[in-house]
Amino acid sequence: MNWIDKQRNIVDFALSSLLRRWRKNLALLCVYTFVVFIVASVVFFAEALKREATLVLEGAPDVVVQRLIAGRHDLISRGHMEKLERITGVSDVKGRLWAYYFEPSVGANYTLVVTEEAAGRPGTVAIGAGVSRTLQAGQGDLIAFRGHDGAYVSLEVARVFPSSSELVSADLVEISEEDFRALFGLPEGIYTDLTLRVRNPKETVVVADKIRRLLPDTRPILREEVLRTYEALFDWRGGIVLAIFAGAALAFIIFAWDKATSLTLEERREIGILKAVGWETSEVIVMKSWEGIVISLTAFLLGLVLAYVHVFFTSGTLFEPVLKGWAVLYPRFQPVPFIDPYQVATLFFLTVVPYTVATVIPSWGAATIDPDTIMRQ
Amino acid sequence: MRLRKSSAFIVFTLINVTGLALLFAHGALERQRQAPVLSEKKIMVERFGLTDLCLFTDARYTRNPAVADRSTPFQDNPLSLDYFPSGSILPPPPHLRAHELDR
Repeated sequence: MNWIDKQRNIVDFALSSLLRRWRKNLALLCVYTFVVFIVASVVFFAEALKREATLVLEGAPDVVVQRLIAGRHDLISRGHMEKLERITGVSDVKGRLWAYYFEPSVGANYTLVVTEEAAGRPGTVAIGAGVSRTLQAGQGDLIAFRGHDGAYVSLEVARVFPSSSELVSADLVEISEEDFRALFGLPEGIYTDLTLRVRNPKETVVVADKIRRLLPDTRPILREEVLRTYEALFDWRGGIVLAIFAGAALAFIIFAWDKATSLTLEERREIGILKAVGWETSEVIVMKSWEGIVISLTAFLLGLVLAYVHVFFTSGTLFEPVLKGWAVLYPRFQPVPFIDPYQVATLFFLTVVPYTVATVIPSWGAATIDPDTIMRQ
Repeated sequence: MRLRKSSAFIVFTLINVTGLALLFAHGALERQRQAPVLSEKKIMVERFGLTDLCLFTDARYTRNPAVADRSTPFQDNPLSLDYFPSGSILPPPPHLRAHELDR
């Protein structure tokens, strides 16, 4: 009998053994699949958003310069802008005008942003799909904003950003500088913060250092730091991934621990009989390993398929309450599937291997005891 | 002839692996299909000068974590706690731990 035939016979026996306790094993398979599904969903979701953030935020300004007063972000003047322009290697210094706006009628927060393109069309705004959804406003409708003096200003919706861009634009309201300053009572020459380009990307850190020395009340934020913010958010060791992952990992540890420390009397007796009829200890361990592999491999594959469908077809519906928090305006987005073999291999070693090992260890313990002793228990 | 249990398991596993491979192929196709959408978003980020993704809109320090400061989550009163749900899952950006003005 060659090696493959022998293994197939052992698999046949292992499957028959599993089917004899099918209710228990089916429950085990369901729980195991669910744990893999949650862990894989978190990994797929986080990796997809991390890659998308890296790609999309490549377009962010090289450096953002904020003014800080008493530990808080403050408005910045044109004087700061002029000083920045004098730094060697710096180009394209711009004053950014943006603000948060709370709409009490729907309880949603919007982000108002001024662009050069909007300058040509005062009295109008372009809104994100999330804003459109919460206000039920479309192209041509009027939106009333409460100004700094309590007076309402109505602005016409010129267009709604496509919903495919919700991950960056859901809560945006693009507005002209004129309307923005009038709405918030902001005088000329004052900006929310400043952005600049650095001609040689290798000099960004040096430029940031110069900014700190030249303008001690400011804080430069580099694009690399912005990207690292999102890497930290979707990192395995912290942030959103850890929050969801920790629960699933704990469930899996309890589950594997229970399996590793308990072998039912029936299972021990079965091992005793196999040993008594001439099975070697190594063959019993191989049979138990196959039992573990059958359960864990099936759960792994099913869990992975379900996780893919959950994240990339239903936009990670189960994570929505976690991301939503207290937000009324929640972006609807379809993550782009960025999956690589490394992720799948990591998931495999995190789920299949520990379970299979946890199945084999107690069996090895039972298989080395005298069969007569086991059968008399 | 009755199918052996091991054969049934192999067939079942192969079906699952094929399903998974098809989904991964879908992923590759979807990445190609979404490439213009991603570059559209990148252009939008450039045009607006954005620094953050719109993931959380409940608190301003989670809407724009990259440009937030460390005191914002605790600004309401002395000994105030960070009470927004999104604040509990969003770690402070790494650069906030390094800058002298945020210490």
